[in-house]
Amino acid sequence: MTEKKKITVNLRIWRQGQKEKSGQFVNYSIGNISPDSSFLEMLDLLNEDLIKKGELPIEFDSDCREGICGTCGLVIDGVAHSKQKAIATCQLHMRRYKDGDTITVEPFRARAFPLVKDLVADKSRLDKIIAKGGYVSANVGSAVDANALPIPKEKADLSMDAAACIGCGACVAACPNASASLFVSAKVSQYALLPQGKPEAFRRALDMVAQMDSEGFGNCSNHGECEAVCPKEISISNIARMRREFIKAVLHGQPKVAAAGAG
Amino acid sequence: MKLDAKIPGGALETKWQSYKSGIKLVNPSNKRKYNLLIVGTGLAGASAAASLGELGYNIKIFCIQDTPRRAHSIAAQGGINAAKNYMNDGDSIWRLYHDTIKGGDFRAREANTYRLAELSTNIIDQCVAQGVPFARDYGGLLANRSFGGAQVSRTFYARGQTGQQLLLGAYGSMMRQVNAGTVQSFPRREMLDLVVIDGRARGIICRNLISGEIESYSGDAVLLCTGGYAPVYYLSTNAVNCNAGAIWRCYKRGALFANPCFTQIHPTCIPQEGEHQSKLTLMSESLRNDGRVWVPKKAGDTRRADQIPEDERDYFLERKYPSFGNLVPRDIASRNAKEVCDEGRGVGSTKKAVYLDFRDSIKRLGKQVIADRYGNLFDMYQNLTGENPYEVPMRIYPAPHYTMGGLWVDYNLMSTIPGLHVLGEANFSDHGANRLGASALMQGLADGYFIIPYTIGAYLVGSPLPKVNTDHAAFKEARDGVQKQIDRLLSIKGSKTVRELHMQLGEIMIEKVGMSRSAAGLKETLQEIPKLREEFWRNANVPGSGSDLNKNLEMAARLADFLELGELIARDALQREESCGGHFREEHQTEEGEALRDDEKFTFVAAWEYQVPDKPPVMHKEELVFDRVKPSQRSYK
Repeated sequence: MTEKKKITVNLRIWRQGQKEKSGQFVNYSIGNISPDSSFLEMLDLLNEDLIKKGELPIEFDSDCREGICGTCGLVIDGVAHSKQKAIATCQLHMRRYKDGDTITVEPFRARAFPLVKDLVADKSRLDKIIAKGGYVSANVGSAVDANALPIPKEKADLSMDAAACIGCGACVAACPNASASLFVSAKVSQYALLPQGKPEAFRRALDMVAQMDSEGFGNCSNHGECEAVCPKEISISNIARMRREFIKAVLHGQPKVAAAGAG
Repeated sequence: MKLDAKIPGGALETKWQSYKSGIKLVNPSNKRKYNLLIVGTGLAGASAAASLGELGYNIKIFCIQDTPRRAHSIAAQGGINAAKNYMNDGDSIWRLYHDTIKGGDFRAREANTYRLAELSTNIIDQCVAQGVPFARDYGGLLANRSFGGAQVSRTFYARGQTGQQLLLGAYGSMMRQVNAGTVQSFPRREMLDLVVIDGRARGIICRNLISGEIESYSGDAVLLCTGGYAPVYYLSTNAVNCNAGAIWRCYKRGALFANPCFTQIHPTCIPQEGEHQSKLTLMSESLRNDGRVWVPKKAGDTRRADQIPEDERDYFLERKYPSFGNLVPRDIASRNAKEVCDEGRGVGSTKKAVYLDFRDSIKRLGKQVIADRYGNLFDMYQNLTGENPYEVPMRIYPAPHYTMGGLWVDYNLMSTIPGLHVLGEANFSDHGANRLGASALMQGLADGYFIIPYTIGAYLVGSPLPKVNTDHAAFKEARDGVQKQIDRLLSIKGSKTVRELHMQLGEIMIEKVGMSRSAAGLKETLQEIPKLREEFWRNANVPGSGSDLNKNLEMAARLADFLELGELIARDALQREESCGGHFREEHQTEEGEALRDDEKFTFVAAWEYQVPDKPPVMHKEELVFDRVKPSQRSYK
């Protein structure tokens, strides 16, 4: 097997100290990059160079590096998770680039994702939305037999399509309104489609949407950018389903008392 | 030290039920007075936090990620076992227990393994009730598949994302408790020490990974749910932040570390491509159902795969194991791949890979059938390697991905430090020397949902737990120790990066303490690791400061722990003069190259006790007793 040709790329990377109010792009160049390496591995190597030169490495988040944990997230040449479809940042490979390319790298930016440092944004407000209803209130020990309640395969599959969301926040970063609607609707849909989720469906839709608003995420105005960047290709039709759930809940009136055991 | 596993009496099948019925309870109104600290929010930690929160305990959870939903359980692909027998194919709790204890090569604790099999059915019920979207058939009932060579179909799955769905189910239940006020979440915190007061675990010291602050938390018990230690090999299928810090620092506070040499190296991973690589990616082992494993007969053959004629190919698994062929168990497949590569017959640019070839299956079944079966895996492979596996054979190589060893726990999941409980992959008890596919998820959730809620109560009511706060001298001592280590790491300013040193450790570990181990190699390792450790503390370059986000500092502290743990793994592998499961000692094999156990001498758990620095640890034994199975030799010829 022949040795693959190594490439050199130029990078414009957002640098911002943790205590700084604003940052700036800094230019870097890195050579000897294998086309087989991932984009994040290229950044690892750049950091190795920086450390050797006595400079501070570039902070960026990543964990599983196989597109399932949702930790990573960079805006690459203006697109969340890069222009390649249906991948998380960690799944981007350097064979997509040519020798001499210039690549611009920024953090996810949104009012609800305050910047921590360099390319690291704080996405923890998504947790606060989940806490308001991203679950079925089934205490441990109370479950009936798993097969007691058949669920049509089509429904189960649709529910799984929505449940595939990895919570990476790319939908927020891509949305002109910085809305978390795709994220919230994926969770609302997963449970709206299953009988287990029905008892709390109204409250879930109302509470999660309200929390999204109060965390500083914007509203959905059907741009569709979220769906375009979603690494799991979560469909925007989930947002339509969330709206139906929301409207149904409003028409039925908000429950005055929370169900027993729920917060 | 006498190790008491506290296994209840009575018949194996009724131990847990009768023990549970007799266990002491905490008065409901007293539960909120107990503060429990849970470290790690994977399946074990999240399920424990959810169930204990529901019971009314006051819980604090800690994780290194930006949100608890990202713990590495999320990456598990295959599925979760449960002895439901929905397929009517003869499955039972007994059979799942028997498969697990045999798969572990008779080095697991029988009572724990039986309890695990027993609880497996409750787990599926609970997860379905939570709205986990498991795969279903057209009748609307749950689908099952056979996995990892099991003779029954007992594996439940949610596409290739079972771990993700189970974790998000547990995480959701936990977040419900956050909303209810019973659970408080502390993300981006790394536990760096355990605080022991009057012989009991009473608190933890964490570094706030954003602010750099050293924080103290006190409680009535500590639950470690921090996963395994596969990144001791540097390259593994684990997430890049997985680490052994919490369990290692508890070991240094007196918790015994059991069977550290029981590590699992998975045969079907995408091979390393070069020095740039930061992790390895697992490919489901189901691929071996239709792929044929081969290498060229001739060493140093650089021809492309399609230019190597049939009679110059060596289908080595089919040749050596005619009846099991490509489906031999993980440990055998891994060792044989290493062997042919060591002979210079490996393929690809690094020569550390073997082919997994679908040519014949595509010819026999058609491309569409193969695409239906493995399409998503083929796509994943192509995205990673840039090669189309429908046209050129896949290249695979074994990679570390799970560790069966961990902190020693008794039947109550409590370590040798009273109050310190250890759940999930972080403990050692259920999988023996080899874990079967689809068992890790099962164990994490059994520990968290169904075992700890009972056993922790008994500990709390049965123990004197005077109020302590973080002003206590023991907290100050631990905080000072943590701060001192951080200052020391930042002051070295040597010439090697943390990554370079970690890669060096990984090379030693995979070469000599990996798939195949010899006394000579292990003795060399016991010389080399201390030298590398010395170099680390003299010559590492940890940039930046301790007062803000500094991932290199985090990695350095984790490497410091791995540099000690690696040595313990080698020491344990050296004392275990037998081969069992993932632990293969070259000196101990049958004529056919099978693992050769020595039941007479080694039917025990090796539990290591830390001594002061530079003094070798002391090994204690927990003898394993098998009441209901008779250990037998595995054969796959």
